[in-house]
Amino acid sequence: MSQADHSKSPGNSHGIRIAGVSKVYAGTSRPAVDDVSLDIAPGEFITLLGPSGSGKTTMLSMLAGFVSVSAGKIEIDGKDVSRQKPHKRNLGVVFQQYALFPHMSVTKNIAFPLQQRRMPKAEIAAKVDEALRLVHLEEYADRLPSQLSGGQQQRVALARAVVYRPRALLMDEPLGALDRKLRDELQREIARMHRELGMTFIFVTHDQHEALTLSDRIAVFNEGRIEQVGTPSDLYERPETLFVAQFLGESTCFRGTVDVSAGVLRCGGFTPRAPRLDAGLDGSGGVAVVRPERLDLHSDAGSVPTGHNRVRATVTEIVYVGNHHQVGLRFADGTNGSAMRVAGRDLPAVPGEEVTVSWDPEHQSVVADPADEPTAERPAETLGAAAT
Amino acid sequence: MSASTVSASPVSTARAPRSRRRLVGWFILPATAFLLVFFAYPLGNIIWRSFTEPSTGLENYTELLKDGVSVKILVRTLVTGLIVAACTLALAYPYAYAMTRVSPRARNLMTVVVLLPFWTSMMARNFAWYMLEQRDGLIDDAFSLIGIDGVVLLGSVAGVTVAMVQVMLPFMVLPLYSGMEGIDKRLLNAAGSLGAPRWRAFVQVYLPLSLPAVLSGFTLVFILTLGFYVTPALLGSPQQSLIPQLIATRVSDLLDFGGAGALGSVLLVVTLLALFVVSRFVNLSSTTEKAVTHE
Repeated sequence: MSQADHSKSPGNSHGIRIAGVSKVYAGTSRPAVDDVSLDIAPGEFITLLGPSGSGKTTMLSMLAGFVSVSAGKIEIDGKDVSRQKPHKRNLGVVFQQYALFPHMSVTKNIAFPLQQRRMPKAEIAAKVDEALRLVHLEEYADRLPSQLSGGQQQRVALARAVVYRPRALLMDEPLGALDRKLRDELQREIARMHRELGMTFIFVTHDQHEALTLSDRIAVFNEGRIEQVGTPSDLYERPETLFVAQFLGESTCFRGTVDVSAGVLRCGGFTPRAPRLDAGLDGSGGVAVVRPERLDLHSDAGSVPTGHNRVRATVTEIVYVGNHHQVGLRFADGTNGSAMRVAGRDLPAVPGEEVTVSWDPEHQSVVADPADEPTAERPAETLGAAAT
Repeated sequence: MSASTVSASPVSTARAPRSRRRLVGWFILPATAFLLVFFAYPLGNIIWRSFTEPSTGLENYTELLKDGVSVKILVRTLVTGLIVAACTLALAYPYAYAMTRVSPRARNLMTVVVLLPFWTSMMARNFAWYMLEQRDGLIDDAFSLIGIDGVVLLGSVAGVTVAMVQVMLPFMVLPLYSGMEGIDKRLLNAAGSLGAPRWRAFVQVYLPLSLPAVLSGFTLVFILTLGFYVTPALLGSPQQSLIPQLIATRVSDLLDFGGAGALGSVLLVVTLLALFVVSRFVNLSSTTEKAVTHE
């Protein structure tokens, strides 16, 4: 941090630095990971979020050293580890399928990394006890992994991966194989471990809920590239691409043409005001993204606050979800959307009726419309989509 | 074998209607009858005759201990079995491991290569070895080229062993492969991330997990080797004979059915003993096996 030239990069001498890393698997042409750069600060909880096949697990495997790097480099504490063997990197890895050694008891599994480090026996015993306490499995010390439930096995895997205080803990969909209740429980446990250990956690998931609740920062992966990196609220409130907006949470998306000088997006029929427009988007296609909880519904157009965007819509359905109602909307230009009403507040309409929908333009993001910029890779697909 | 099949059927069909149960009984009848007539009866007959011919008593067995040859040959047979099993294992382990790491296409090819000997006539194979191992055969000539003369494997235990290893290879490779395939490869990655270099990850994680497969392959080859007749008869020498040759001599040349039966019974007991010991050992580690195959 003391170096002034890279105030935004904590990875100059500490932390993990991923610099222009790509991975092309043998026999494939499209890279699994494509020129990814990311600086991870010491003690940070960062999540690599993306759909399956987006390259997030490959990125994690390269960090761990299981998969070689095709281009670029990975630095840990200022040292290039791109060519280093996994056992020399001093990282902890937790796998989706636990990967506990089935022929060793819980104790022996946790002692394994300490034995590799030639630690004295007494010290190993003390550290194993401490790790077992950390994950609340003191009574299961002598069990074999096959005698534990999935959640317990994953706790053992966590204990085994942190007992030697590695430089960072890498987790590959660690909750993916568990049922929902266990997942929530273990999620809290992981958050607690992060607080208590103060270790760097790198977490891979396709579950946006996990990413939003656990992370300090999230890197959204799509087709081998990072779409956006930021805090959970950055990504949710200020998505920079349509992919991020649609992958994280729900949203209503109005397509139109950006007019920077007027500060509006010209959609067919209405022109929502749009502050902070990217000058580069002027004249091209843009999408205004609004989250459901930001949409207000009025039966009477007079009650819309001044300065808010407004548009008429038909209520298509109202779904009761316990603590809120999900209101399905269809706008005049055919766009479908949804609004959220906290339970207890009156609903202004029933399905089939028209309402006025309004929102504060500050809570809306305008991103480039990917359908508007035909990419060199798939012109046929874009043309086909435009024709229909 | 037949007993367990019979007793298992009523359990599995306990709740099926009586008529269906009777039908299932008919299905297993032919095989059971065949085994009774051509396996259980001759076996019982041999054991019976070993105690009754030429006179009732343990005479045939005490004779085995006293004649000074039988015990020596029995020991030689057991040692040969162990050597063959060990050599087969040494060749098959890396081969089976490689099979789990290559592409499905290469794996199919490797399986075909292993099974190739099965599709070749037993006699053709043995005579091929005869040609290779004889004086001025390919092996002798090859060693002569590098200045070592007189490497004639024919008629020696070594020659028999080499040929038996070749025949036994599939019996070792296939159980090893099926066992190794059940081992999660991510365990080696996990061991690496925890600080174990590759060779130590292999010794501490992979090797113990492959042990049940090693044991079953080893036992299979060992037991099959004990009963091998054609190969030692053709490639070995009468001075270096193994138990099956001894039995054949007693039956066909000496017409000593009692003595041959006693030898056969001893071989049977040794086999069952080996199976018993191994089955106990594998049972002990069955938790490991279950965990390995459990996903």
